[in-house]
Amino acid sequence: MAATASANSLTSTFLPRQGVYGSSHQSIQLRTQKFARKAGSGTITAKFELQPPPYPMDALEPHMSSRTFEFHWGKHHRAYVDNLNKQINGTELDGKTLEDLILVTYNKGAPLPAFNNAAQAWNHQFFWESMKPNGGGEPSGELLELINRDFGSYDTFVKEFKAAAATQFGSGWAWLAYKPEEKKLAVVKTPNAENPLVLGYTPLLTIDVWEHAYYLDFQNRRPDYISIFMEKLVSWEAVSSRLKAATA
Amino acid sequence: MSWCCCNSVCTSSSRQLLATSDLSSIPSRVSNVGLKQKRSLCGVPKVFAYYGLKTPPYKLDALEPYMSQKMLEVHWGEHHCGYVEALNKQLEKNDMLYGCTMDELIKVTYNNGNPLPEFGVAAQVWNHDFFWESMKPGGGDMPKLGLLQLIEKDFGSFTNFKEKFIEAALTLFGSGWIWLVLNREEKRLAIIKTSNAVNPLVWNDIPLIGLDLWEHAYYLDYKVTHSSSFLLSAKRFFLMCLSLFPLFSQNDKANYVNVFMNHLVSWDVALGRMARAQAFVNLGEPKIPVA
Repeated sequence: MAATASANSLTSTFLPRQGVYGSSHQSIQLRTQKFARKAGSGTITAKFELQPPPYPMDALEPHMSSRTFEFHWGKHHRAYVDNLNKQINGTELDGKTLEDLILVTYNKGAPLPAFNNAAQAWNHQFFWESMKPNGGGEPSGELLELINRDFGSYDTFVKEFKAAAATQFGSGWAWLAYKPEEKKLAVVKTPNAENPLVLGYTPLLTIDVWEHAYYLDFQNRRPDYISIFMEKLVSWEAVSSRLKAATA
Repeated sequence: MSWCCCNSVCTSSSRQLLATSDLSSIPSRVSNVGLKQKRSLCGVPKVFAYYGLKTPPYKLDALEPYMSQKMLEVHWGEHHCGYVEALNKQLEKNDMLYGCTMDELIKVTYNNGNPLPEFGVAAQVWNHDFFWESMKPGGGDMPKLGLLQLIEKDFGSFTNFKEKFIEAALTLFGSGWIWLVLNREEKRLAIIKTSNAVNPLVWNDIPLIGLDLWEHAYYLDYKVTHSSSFLLSAKRFFLMCLSLFPLFSQNDKANYVNVFMNHLVSWDVALGRMARAQAFVNLGEPKIPVA
């Protein structure tokens, strides 16, 4: 497997990638796929790569510690990607984009074995890109207009989002998503590895509420983690550009 | 599973408390038993007893180094306590659920697979009580007597059972629990994995051992340490050296589950539970020796 630069040195500063905030979920597939030619056999296998977050691991301190990143990205996310590659290698799922893989393996609610790893690989990348150093604040522009239109006010949206994240029992995620058919925003909570892609929605923002996401920093104080996420970590630029891509 | 809850009703005339269950039946290990008085709408006082947080049957440092005191302080003192408090708050709003035993509360709120809001917290209170009691200092080793015989009968061997139990634990995705149960209908032992708060009571099976696989159960003690990482802080290095874990595997969950089986699980308690279960499940004719 082609080594990612950051694989072994967990403290390296990650170079900010171009166009991260300008990406819709479509372009994630391009970054996570890498084709490697096996020596001698002439076979092309597609392997997903673990991409680093678009900021150094200590960039979100003190709100999300570098220690959390060490485990959350360096172990959990890495394991999902590695295990996914193992599961699809040599099967008919090999060569698909990550989004296609998620939809195919979701299998309309009767998920195939690769679904969990595929979805979690996607979810985590989406999550890192939903945050930024000196994040938080409030959205603006078209995003704020839509939030006001569909939730009444920004504060109401925040309340609903926080409640969804706090009441997702067990492991899961909370999302702000765009429903393309109704052309409306919605707050959605999903268990375990599920995400709004399988519902036909376009995800705009997510927070990971698996315990591993906040345990080192907050132990069982999930509401505090959620508040800090909203106040200090959310990247409204990322959300806005995702919305732009979704409504284009 | 012992619990504390009593229902009291006042007669409007005498304003005296008529306890429908005896307060002296509350087990002595229960702490935080609260009796609160509330005025009902017509001014007649109603007394409610709330569920209390039971202490584990050992001191919080008794499971070191396999389960740290810090881990127990957080897991029992914050998570388990949080579930108890949340349950009490919810029951305050829902008169219909008063008077249930904990087992009944779980079945009723499970609602045949469409759980009511109270189910999650009620089941988690029970699950954690069961979990603390499924462990003991100096645990692990092997079951004995009838339980060992039953395990050998239903799994082939204890080794095979242990492998299957660990495999089930490692293949559980998300939060949940692993159980060794006595299946009432089939009259045999089985390993069951459940998600979130679900437990075998809802299917009327009899649990013998329970293992918490929510991440909070092992995250503080069993995080992985990459051998290639240069980031080991002095404190972590010190803790690593102190640690008596035989294997420093890359998989924290596997480590936790193995340690549970090898050093924590209380087969004595499981044997007791099985003995009680035999009052409800006929496991076959007793062998009467032929003279």
